[in-house]
Amino acid sequence: MVDLIATTPAGAMKPYVSGVATLSEIALGKATSIAPFKGQGAAVETALGIKLPKVGKSTSRAGQGVVWFSQGQFLALGFDVPAGVHGLAALTDQSDAWCALDLTGEGAEDVLARLVPVDLRITTFKAGHALRSQLGHMPLHITRLKSGGFRLLSFRSMAGTTVHEIQRAMDHLAGRG
Amino acid sequence: MRVSGKGLIDRSTPVRFTFDGTSYSGFMGDTVASALLANDVRLMGRSFKYHRPRGPLTAGSEEPNALVTVKRGTDAEPNVRATVQEIYEGLEVRSQNAWPSLAFDALGVNDFAAPFLSAGFYYKTFMWPRAFWERVYEPIIRRAAGLGGLSGTANDAEYEKAHAFCDVLVIGAGPTGLMAALEAGRAGADVILADEDARAGGRLLSETHLVNGQSGVDWAAGVIAELESMDNVRIMTRTTVTGAYDQGTYGALERVSGHVAAKRGTPRACFWRIVSKRSILAAGALERPVAFQNNDRPGIMTAGAVRSYVNKWGVVPGRDVVVFGNNDDAHRTAQDLHAAGVHIAALVDSRSDAHVTGDFPIFTGAQICGSGGRLGLASVTIRTQIGTEKIATECLAMSGGWNPSVHLTCHMNGRPVWRDDIASFVPRADMIPGMVTAGACNGVFSTHGALVEGQRAAKETLEALGMKMSAAGIPETEDAPYTMSPLWAVGGTGRAWLDFQNDVTVKDIKQAAKENFRSVEHMKRYTTQGMATDQGKNSNVGALAILADVTGRGIPETGTTTFRPPYTPVPIAAMGAGAQGKGFAPERLTTSHEGTLKRNAPMIEAGMWYRPSYFPKDAETTWRQSCDREVNMLRESVGVCDVSTLGKIDIQGPDAAAFLDFVYTNTFSTLKAGRVRYGLMLREDGTVMDDGTTARLSETHYVMTTTTAAAGSVMRHLEFVHQCLRPELDVSMISVTEQWAQFAVAGPKARDVLNAVLAHQIDNDSFPFMACGPVKVGDVDARLFRISFSGEHAYEIAVPARYGASMFETLIEQALALGGGPYGMEALNVLRIEKGFITHAEIHGRVTAFDIGMERMISAKKDCIGQTMAAREGLVGEDREQLVGLKPIGAVKQLMAGAHLFDPESPATREHSEGYVTSVGFSPTEASFLGLGFLKGGRARHGQTVKLVDHMRGIETLCEVCHPVFHDPEGGKTRG
Amino acid sequence: MRLKCPVCGERDLREFFYVGDAVALDRPDADAGMDAWDSYVHLRDNPAGVTRDLWQHEAGCAAWIVVTRNTVTHEVKETALAGDVKRARG
Repeated sequence: MVDLIATTPAGAMKPYVSGVATLSEIALGKATSIAPFKGQGAAVETALGIKLPKVGKSTSRAGQGVVWFSQGQFLALGFDVPAGVHGLAALTDQSDAWCALDLTGEGAEDVLARLVPVDLRITTFKAGHALRSQLGHMPLHITRLKSGGFRLLSFRSMAGTTVHEIQRAMDHLAGRG
Repeated sequence: MRVSGKGLIDRSTPVRFTFDGTSYSGFMGDTVASALLANDVRLMGRSFKYHRPRGPLTAGSEEPNALVTVKRGTDAEPNVRATVQEIYEGLEVRSQNAWPSLAFDALGVNDFAAPFLSAGFYYKTFMWPRAFWERVYEPIIRRAAGLGGLSGTANDAEYEKAHAFCDVLVIGAGPTGLMAALEAGRAGADVILADEDARAGGRLLSETHLVNGQSGVDWAAGVIAELESMDNVRIMTRTTVTGAYDQGTYGALERVSGHVAAKRGTPRACFWRIVSKRSILAAGALERPVAFQNNDRPGIMTAGAVRSYVNKWGVVPGRDVVVFGNNDDAHRTAQDLHAAGVHIAALVDSRSDAHVTGDFPIFTGAQICGSGGRLGLASVTIRTQIGTEKIATECLAMSGGWNPSVHLTCHMNGRPVWRDDIASFVPRADMIPGMVTAGACNGVFSTHGALVEGQRAAKETLEALGMKMSAAGIPETEDAPYTMSPLWAVGGTGRAWLDFQNDVTVKDIKQAAKENFRSVEHMKRYTTQGMATDQGKNSNVGALAILADVTGRGIPETGTTTFRPPYTPVPIAAMGAGAQGKGFAPERLTTSHEGTLKRNAPMIEAGMWYRPSYFPKDAETTWRQSCDREVNMLRESVGVCDVSTLGKIDIQGPDAAAFLDFVYTNTFSTLKAGRVRYGLMLREDGTVMDDGTTARLSETHYVMTTTTAAAGSVMRHLEFVHQCLRPELDVSMISVTEQWAQFAVAGPKARDVLNAVLAHQIDNDSFPFMACGPVKVGDVDARLFRISFSGEHAYEIAVPARYGASMFETLIEQALALGGGPYGMEALNVLRIEKGFITHAEIHGRVTAFDIGMERMISAKKDCIGQTMAAREGLVGEDREQLVGLKPIGAVKQLMAGAHLFDPESPATREHSEGYVTSVGFSPTEASFLGLGFLKGGRARHGQTVKLVDHMRGIETLCEVCHPVFHDPEGGKTRG
Repeated sequence: MRLKCPVCGERDLREFFYVGDAVALDRPDADAGMDAWDSYVHLRDNPAGVTRDLWQHEAGCAAWIVVTRNTVTHEVKETALAGDVKRARG
């Protein structure tokens, strides 16, 4: 029998430390986009057992999380969407579509300020907040982690360039001393 | 020379640097200009046109004269202002625009030719003959004129760009800006305080009066310490706000590492885009020179600059100093220098009613009317009511008054207003939405006034933000009234400079007016006044006043030139930082990328994707050999190709079928679950947008494929159709291009390969042509589609991308065992041309469904995008250029894409063109070149002969017009 | 330039894709006649002043947005979801 071997988007890179920031590849686990059909939001929440987050936020219950993903779309992370949600929402497997990177450390916000044209100040973009933007020309989803730092989702095919660009910004920042 | 006990330099840290190869010593905190002046070097540059010897006029970024080149080789940076560049150990500085040396400049002869080089000289002189424009005149003029040179090699220094956000951006950290930032910071607003200088404090660092009983420097330091202690305040020094843009966006250039011996990899500069809810402009004011004969000698500076040199850097630019002004502020220079023990040779005030005291010679109602000296100032001539007097001096400190720095307020098309009492332009309200102007840039010049203004600006700004200010007391400080009487130019013969950087004199402005360039914009372009790096900061108002005078109009009627961003020069490298290499075009790599490189396939770019061109085998020396082999391999056994780059869009919802019926010309609601259909998509104007196959996975679930090139635009189009045209439809879509790694397995043995990898066997009954469904590879859930882009029995199998690399290897291993293998884009292209399948080479944006023979795919039973417009008469006429196949039949066997088609009897000229070639390839199957193209009335011309002419490459080929499908027209192979 | 996406909030211009006049929402019926179609597909005003045009927050939430703005002052007066605008018209 054929036994396919899984690889990670960033090729299982070692954590990259430069200055006061660290970039690490994270195993995203199961990721399913949920787009409730018209008028089914409440039914989806009931079947899911978790509230769907408001725009730009995330919700969680018992270690299972849902993060706002796009207009009318949410990303269920780390668990299989219960069968009861089928038929109430468009469910699409996204587990392999994204390269997940954690950018942590004191300098994380300053690194992203060099790459992403959005306001990520802690006063406006708090723990658990999420948004869609771009890193250079590349699509990007950002969540501020409760533990500090940011979870970045970038297109799998662009993982190499994403890592390269972030490392470059980290080095520039470190170079300022 | 250095004055003891003065200045903010660190005298315990000497710094050595070189200027034109000579080593000099300065102190930490010096600029190149202050350190050279301390070493009695006044000559720092040559002027643009006349190559006149020049020294610094100012002590800031507005400097027109002292432009130098720092560093060497690819690191060299030209046109750096010596008044801004801080020195560091080992800094290498060179002068510009002088040959062979700064002291003896051969082109100094231009100065003697000055009578011929007046305004408009170039326009008038270098008119004829026309052939000389580019080959003779321009190179000569370029060599003679100009600023610093480029290194001639690509700049490999690092640059950064960055984004910042705040409630309040305070521009300038002088007394006004400090006060404003302090109030806004204390009120809890998120504040960015940006200042051009290395140290915040602005004019307080250059003055001696007390603030709150302490020196201005100490008061500023106290405020800065408090600001630094606030989490909500960010102080950005060495940062010039260069432009004001829409919706509270400002551009700013931060000089990151130019002031230190930076290690490689450290960015030289960072271009900031600062987005603020509100802003406070506290940009201060710039002093203007007075025009008089030979007012450009090294040693002649603005009075405020001389004060800066003594108070900030402990330097005087000469053993004795003459001060000349039309306002009380100039007196301070004399007083400060005198107190520092410098000999004041004279204080000259043009106002006869000026009130001046001091222990030095004082002339009121007098003017400086000339200067002497060769490479530096040696004397000035004073004209009083009773005559003229020549006084020896090495430095003249002059002041024609102060111009508020209104530049940023004009960046969104606003025009400042003239104030007669200070003979200057000041900003109007709301020239930049959300911006409040305060302090000297608002025409308030005393320190007390600045502090009051800063507080007022903060109050207005905080109120607009809905925040409260607890006004601090205004510190006790000087509040001298600013009185002045305009003095633009001292009468006399000879040249009196207005614009030092472009060598524009009073005479040039008069000449322009005489030749009827009376509009300020015309005058500027005719004389070049106000151009180059200082953008007229020192000369605009003076030139305008002269123009107003000679044209008999007032200054407000004459107008002002437009100030545009940037306020100071910004390297393109900083604005475009990060937009080179991968930052310009990200690399999109398939999961089979490494496996492909391992097999030595050259990669070609398809959009941002990298795809294999072909997979060479050892004996093959040309790409054609590899391509031919891969085509044959696929037609005879089996080939494997990564097709993950095609766009894949997941479309779900109760109305998914209705939605697809609306975006595709053909019907998808009738497609059975588990089946695939080819679909054609039009733009609303009736031309073809894209094509591809769409699979129905269940009643409410489809997966659409798009071409690689159009994946993004099709996704955008689908969202447009849904949100803007049919929001009532209950459907949602998401890209799954990244989720699935998809591989084409094509050829007579395709099914054998698949049956070797699938957990459950398939056959023609369980998986007929255009079937789709879930399958398992080992225990991995996969999707199988029986579709073909080669005309062979073929499939595409999709696995979750994490298994892509492994799947590619597995499929190739099985294919190799059956005499097959991987194939690349070259073979893929030949295979589809043989089969007459179109790509975006054919559907290039001007082609209709009719042109490609698919008009019957536009269903008349329903509305769809593009249906109405596609039926327009002009888009369906038989004389339109229609898709045909082409095959060479004459002696020449070569076909070229892009070539045009002609009747064999007609001349190959544009008006006789009957069509063109879109795709060509050599078909080993047909043993001939084959082409696809568009030919007028082509469908009715099969069998006829046309002439293909490629004018670019000089190729002419006789071709037979064919049906576009060369290979297996019945399609039996695909279905078998 | 910055635009307020009704979903994501104010964002930099670079995140948006621009198409042109919001007349694109007013798709005629199939039988509306060639004049109506011609003007829908091809004819556009070019006002110096207030204009309504369509943008997509492509790098963000993919929302299509009707932007009311002034081409002279660059003021952005209002932004609304195209879907809401279209539904409100019935």
